[in-house]
Amino acid sequence: MINPMDFLAWVRGPAFDIALAVFVVGMLVRLLEIFLLGRRPNYAQARGGEWGPGLRTMVSRSLADPGTFKRAPFNVIVGWIWHVGFLIALLLFVPHIELVKKTLGIGWPGLPNPVVDAASAIAIVALVAMLIHRVQHPVMRFLSTFEDYLTWTLTLLPLLTGYLAYHRLINPYPLALGLHILSIELLLIAFPFTKLTHAVTAFIARWYNGAIFGRKGVRA
Amino acid sequence: MSELSLERGLQAFRQEMDAAVAAFFSSCVHCGLCAEACPFFVETQDPKYTPIHKLEPLRLVWEQEFTLWGRIKRTLGLSRPVTDAMLAEWEELLYDSCSMCGRCSLVCPVGNDIQYMVRKAREGMVAAGHAPEGLIGAAARAIRIGSPMGLKFKTLQVQIEHVQADTGLEIPVDRQGADFLVLLSSMEIINFPEYLEAIARIFEQVGITWTLSSEAFEATNAGIQIGSKDIARELVERVVRAAEKLGVNNVISPECGHAYTAIRWEGPNLIERPYPFRVFHIIELLDEWRASGKLKTEGKESDRLTMHDPCNLARKSGVIEQQRNLMNLVAENFVDLKEHGRWQWCCGAGGGVSSNERATELRMRAFKRKKAQIEEVAPERIVTMCATCRTQLEEGLEENNMSIPVVGLTEMIAEHLVDAKSD
Amino acid sequence: MATTKTLGEVLRENGVTRRGFLKFCAATASLMALPPSLVPALAAALEKARRPSVIWLSFQECTGCTESLTRSHTPTVEGLILEHISLDYHHTLQAASGDAAEHAREDAMKENFGHYILVVDGSVPLANPGYSTIAGITNRVMLEEAVKGAAAVIAMGTCAAFGGLPGAAPNPTGAVSVGELVKGKPVINVSGCPPVPLVITGVLAQLLTFGTLPALDGYGRPLAFFGQSIHDRCYRRPFYDKGLFAESFDDEGARKGWCLYRLGCKGPMTYNACATMKWNQGTSWPVESGHPCLGCAEPHFWDAGGFYEALSVPTAAIARTATYAAVGGVALGAAMGILGRTTRQKATAQRQPVSVDELEQTP
Repeated sequence: MINPMDFLAWVRGPAFDIALAVFVVGMLVRLLEIFLLGRRPNYAQARGGEWGPGLRTMVSRSLADPGTFKRAPFNVIVGWIWHVGFLIALLLFVPHIELVKKTLGIGWPGLPNPVVDAASAIAIVALVAMLIHRVQHPVMRFLSTFEDYLTWTLTLLPLLTGYLAYHRLINPYPLALGLHILSIELLLIAFPFTKLTHAVTAFIARWYNGAIFGRKGVRA
Repeated sequence: MSELSLERGLQAFRQEMDAAVAAFFSSCVHCGLCAEACPFFVETQDPKYTPIHKLEPLRLVWEQEFTLWGRIKRTLGLSRPVTDAMLAEWEELLYDSCSMCGRCSLVCPVGNDIQYMVRKAREGMVAAGHAPEGLIGAAARAIRIGSPMGLKFKTLQVQIEHVQADTGLEIPVDRQGADFLVLLSSMEIINFPEYLEAIARIFEQVGITWTLSSEAFEATNAGIQIGSKDIARELVERVVRAAEKLGVNNVISPECGHAYTAIRWEGPNLIERPYPFRVFHIIELLDEWRASGKLKTEGKESDRLTMHDPCNLARKSGVIEQQRNLMNLVAENFVDLKEHGRWQWCCGAGGGVSSNERATELRMRAFKRKKAQIEEVAPERIVTMCATCRTQLEEGLEENNMSIPVVGLTEMIAEHLVDAKSD
Repeated sequence: MATTKTLGEVLRENGVTRRGFLKFCAATASLMALPPSLVPALAAALEKARRPSVIWLSFQECTGCTESLTRSHTPTVEGLILEHISLDYHHTLQAASGDAAEHAREDAMKENFGHYILVVDGSVPLANPGYSTIAGITNRVMLEEAVKGAAAVIAMGTCAAFGGLPGAAPNPTGAVSVGELVKGKPVINVSGCPPVPLVITGVLAQLLTFGTLPALDGYGRPLAFFGQSIHDRCYRRPFYDKGLFAESFDDEGARKGWCLYRLGCKGPMTYNACATMKWNQGTSWPVESGHPCLGCAEPHFWDAGGFYEALSVPTAAIARTATYAAVGGVALGAAMGILGRTTRQKATAQRQPVSVDELEQTP
């Protein structure tokens, strides 16, 4: 049985190198696979621009239209709660900000820990609710594959282990922190090869959507 | 002569890959919201009609041949091959249950333009020999005869003579150097002949010169419906050739949805060059003339009117305000459907669905979404600007025992012209 | 050499009153989380305790542990207790040297065989025994021989408990902890660099009183002193919770006594008694002085990523890894992208246009 400090040292060291390398290589490959395909030139006379509408849709698509909201309120509401909660836990927790500051040199203010704690708890609940919804809703159940359930698990684990580590519910602490970092490494490794890429490519897709419609004079 | 085959279908899929498609497939998170935007799903509640699911063959080719991980998975035997049987299974999903209305494209939270990809997927289906019989027939007639309904120019000639007699106006044919080349849809010619008379009278008042072409009178494009750019190109080229030959600067697409998409957005890319002329939907032109004061009308309809936006015109081309401006010109009691303009719901018949006899029942079920919209507003009449929509609305309302007349907007405008000649 | 006087006799000779002695016993009992009812038993046991033999072996160490221990070398009860242990062998503290010292050790081992307490500080080099020898005897051999007659082994300080500084990367001496070499005898790890003085004497008091080992954690450390993390007992914890951190030494937050997490405090992962017992008889401890906890009671604390890097910062060479991965990713991505374009180009080049004749052929 590996001792907890050695485990922590390994996940903070070599394992992180591996996960980071796989993530960076994988994401760059995916982005270049997308961009190098390019688009054919468009000879039809444009009715509107591409760049402005594209940029706009990158942001505006986060808001569901009223009709869709009425038909799928769960997806919209819980989807928002999950994303906001998760982003708060990821980006506004001081130990995480410290990690970014030490690696990229940029930092920003964080939120008090109890607030982040509450946001994480809410995000975990939302995630569990989403799983239940996925298996119960006919369309989602129909569409879902092994990959959907795998990515759900890999997404839950960092939140759950982070929560357990913060509350010191697993002892000793080096084991708890080690599991948390390991769970993130698993997520990073799977990231470029699953739908998790949407965290980056959704903005590209939204741009194309806005651009295609915008060129025809339609606000997308 | 060669045969259509799975391999040709796969080649067509490969040819359709671009950065947008790759970004879209990379981003789908299986949230299922696209289903809630599709009348075919909403009115059947059958998950197989989920829009993104309709694209599975295209997605598999993308994953297995255009991504590193997909290639690895395929080498390890971990991915589903696209077979002829799979494409046969998908024919219903890509043709019977999809009108390419584009509502899913507006709703997808990660920004997938599903409609864009359905159009591309049809290219593969056609090349693999899995397009519906009804559309094959329409395409064959369009190519060989000049009209998907088999209408010949000499039949149109008869109508031209009627209109000339009724209005005392000349319907020019093959007039060199006219301002506008006018295209017509076979559906209009057969079902709604009042359109030709209406535009003749409007053009007379506005004072433009125009012409039909005996070599290219058909606006509709069966190639777009079936999803074959080869067929679509040939049909567009006829119009372009005629326009260039007659030396016109503008081409008018009639009250039809996909015809406008075909000539306005796809045409130049099919012939791989910009047009030497401008393209308008008749409604765009009428609104331009309204705004500049050239179109003079009097009187207004007083009954409660609502409007159905053809998807190809509104959501897919941005012609949304124009028809409303025109409605307000000639109607005093116009009320929009709750979800209208770019959010409007498809009538269920576009994108080739109405040419596909096998899809009749499904089409009528999809219509129920439109029916619900209409019932919410309880109009006395419905106005629209597409012959296919108009036919579907009439059929659907009749099947549901709702007696609400459907009229064309151009025809309504013409009825209110301040003119010297009477109806 | 053992004397005949009991601890009680020695204390009385030195003017420690019964009351003073009982006060000490009560304090020690509460330190070990024992109920007040056991104080008389503790007092009785200590009073009757005969000076056990203690042999102290110093291997690859800096003598810091001894320094820490002897900070108790004042006219306090702890000091007297320590005088009352028969410290039969200790490089720094013994008067003898050379052969005489080694003979003293061997005699003590023989006379008290099976009963002496073996204290070891410093790690043992295995790469080349020549790195650390005493009188020509390698550390390992001396340890193995001394362990044979020991009642218990106390690995004093992080070096003995976990390998400590010599064991830090790249560990040129092949340093290992005492626990890795001692099998078959109880080993108590009293880690810390150095350990808190009161922790040392507390462990000894436990042994003297009960003759049994204290309850130990997963690392073999007495739970009484190593059962709580610094983070859980730190007086600055409310600032951590509120999100108020010092960003650099002597900044506003530092002067206001805010949490030192961002300055690299390893408190969350460190288990020791510093936050409650403090150092120099309760004077202060690192965090209180404004310096982040180094985590010195934990294994590999030297290699935990830097004393001034927060615990959440990985120790991996992130910038370098990311750069190499980026170069590799761009190369591989470009290859894949070009491959995709080629596939598409080929499909375009080989395209046979679809004709209506072909369409009509489909069944």
